[in-house]
Amino acid sequence: MELIICIKQVPDTAAKIKIGSNGKSIDLTDVDLVVSPFDEYAVEEALRIKEAKGGKTTVITFGPERASQALRQCLAMGIDDAIHVKCDEFETSDSLVTASILAAAIKTLPFDMVLFGKQGVGRDNAQVPAMVAELLNLPQVVVVTKFELISENKALAQYEVEGGVAVNEIMLPAVISAEKGLNEPRYPTLKGIMASKKKPIKEMTINDLGFTLEQVGEAGSKVVFRKLMPPPARPEGKVITGEPKEAVAQLIDLLRNEAKLL
Amino acid sequence: MKIEFTEDQLCIRQMVRDVMEKEVLPHVETWESNELIPKEIFPTFAELGLFGMVIPETYGGAGIDYISSCLVIEEIARISASLAITISVHNSVGCYPVFKYGTDTQKQKYLLPLIKGEKIGCFAITEPNAGSDVAAIKTKAVKDGDTYILNGTKAWVTNGGFGGIAIIQAITDPAAGPKGISSFIVDSDSKGFIISKKEDKMGIRASATNEIILEDCRIPSENLLGKEGMGMRIALDALDGGRIGVAAQAIGISVAAVEKACEYAKARTSFGQNLADHQAIQFMLADAATKIESARLLTLKAAYLKDNNLRCAKEAAMAKLFASEASIDVTYKALQIFGAYGYSKEFPLERYSRDARVTTIYEGTSEIQRIVIAREILKAL
Ligand SMILES: Cc1cc2nc3c(=O)[nH]c(=O)nc-3n(C[C@H](O)[C@H](O)[C@H](O)COP(=O)(O)OP(=O)(O)OC[C@H]3O[C@@H](n4cnc5c(N)ncnc54)[C@H](O)[C@@H]3O)c2cc1C
Repeated sequence: MELIICIKQVPDTAAKIKIGSNGKSIDLTDVDLVVSPFDEYAVEEALRIKEAKGGKTTVITFGPERASQALRQCLAMGIDDAIHVKCDEFETSDSLVTASILAAAIKTLPFDMVLFGKQGVGRDNAQVPAMVAELLNLPQVVVVTKFELISENKALAQYEVEGGVAVNEIMLPAVISAEKGLNEPRYPTLKGIMASKKKPIKEMTINDLGFTLEQVGEAGSKVVFRKLMPPPARPEGKVITGEPKEAVAQLIDLLRNEAKLL
Repeated sequence: MKIEFTEDQLCIRQMVRDVMEKEVLPHVETWESNELIPKEIFPTFAELGLFGMVIPETYGGAGIDYISSCLVIEEIARISASLAITISVHNSVGCYPVFKYGTDTQKQKYLLPLIKGEKIGCFAITEPNAGSDVAAIKTKAVKDGDTYILNGTKAWVTNGGFGGIAIIQAITDPAAGPKGISSFIVDSDSKGFIISKKEDKMGIRASATNEIILEDCRIPSENLLGKEGMGMRIALDALDGGRIGVAAQAIGISVAAVEKACEYAKARTSFGQNLADHQAIQFMLADAATKIESARLLTLKAAYLKDNNLRCAKEAAMAKLFASEASIDVTYKALQIFGAYGYSKEFPLERYSRDARVTTIYEGTSEIQRIVIAREILKAL
């Protein structure tokens, strides 16, 4: 089985997010960057498939210089190969640009499956996996919570629907995107971390894949970030004082008429 | 000179931080109140490579450097000082002497199970009547055919409660003073190896500290580590690594205390402002952070020397002395910032203070570290 996993480096979910001075990007100073948590499920699933069926696992990322750290982490978890499509115009590229570049990179390799996280934490567009499937003309099941190979070229992929699950049979090669719960990602081991140093990361430019600078970043995007805003500050809490009886009456009044919760 | 962690070192630190926060933090209070780290979790840590950190891969270890292993111990201690000393002792004075001084057969037989976490390593030199004065130990090893018979009592053995593989120092030549001490690899399954009294400690209560009684404990003579009379040298060499580990442990405890104190100082108000806005509190935090950074640099320097096979007795002693004394002060001030809540068992500050306290005592007291440092600098002049 040839397995490709596309990953994205994102700010740690625990990081305090500040908006950059341009008003439309995140200020990354002092922010820990990690492999997007949903991508970790995809990496883990690929490793499990490989452990069961043999084959090879390759991670691909489209991103700036620093994204190589995220690739390293996947190599430390046990992934065999890594490809870094290096590009500084990554943050300003929309989902379709990202998907086009990833699809072009995937096409340079043999593959039976392409795995993604269901969305990149932070932007949360959840569009790239479906777009890549479309660009490569592959069947897809997204937001997968259970995956099982049933033959050489067929698999069952399950996702949650309102109040139940939908089980899909899918022909390979195919694209799936992973939802939390698909598996429990392993930690990289010390040995894995040391071994990852010896695995080379193959670097590519967008030119290598037949793209020009006009086709990426703001210039190449159909959806452009105009503004990023923090969530509104939470209003101050109210403390109700007085006798329990009146206080409760006042609370109910506020819940009903001000918070409109009742 | 370059002071910057490598990508692997950062990756290792991140991995350990994740594991500690997700797998250990939820259990820490239970472990402390049960006075036990359940043995069952050790294979998980061993699989991650934490049970043979600096042992080369050819011997089954993880092959990381001492600098990385400091980061590992610091991250563990940030969550559990008890687990940090358990793992530090296992690595530095359990695995290391077998790796450095053991024969191939000894490595095969004893190092592998240690690295796999099937056996826990401990190191016993201290006795009820001999602590700092190591040469005053009374435990004897008498050669009898192709065996040695060990008799004596070892006190305060970290990890002794688990049973496993013990590196025991005993006298083989009573006339030779410190040069008459030898080191032995002793399996706790040996007849006459008795795990005795568990110490009722102030802090690191989940760490298994026990007395070990050797009563006509007969071991094959091939379990002698190195040669007869090398015990002191082996012990001192292993303790250099051990002291770097204790320094890293002390730093981890301090880091945890300052993190909690900063959070609290920003959330708690007094006299109409946050605690963090009072300059007296800021100064405590600034001093604490400065001490942590100094301790870390000293510790990494010692680790760097060890990584480069350079002598590090003085630097390891300095790191241990400074980091341990600093941790007592830092945890004390952090507790002070918490006021009554620092004194409450509902918050971890009182535990940090209790846990930090031991770091100036074991693997050589602060006074002994000063003796080592003074001896080294006087010798150099
Ligand atoms: C929790 C814990 C775990 C331990 N784990 C281990 C272990 O795994 N293996 C092991 O072998 N030991 C272990 N020890 C023992 C520890 O290493 C000794 O306690 C330590 O070396 C000090 O010895 P002592 O307690 O006998 O104190 P003593 O040697 O009696 O010293 C008492 C005091 O006198 C001071 N002092 C002694 N001599 C001098 C001097 N020449 N000049 C100035 N001051 C001096 C000391 O610094 C100390 O303050 C452990 C101890 C503790 C508390």
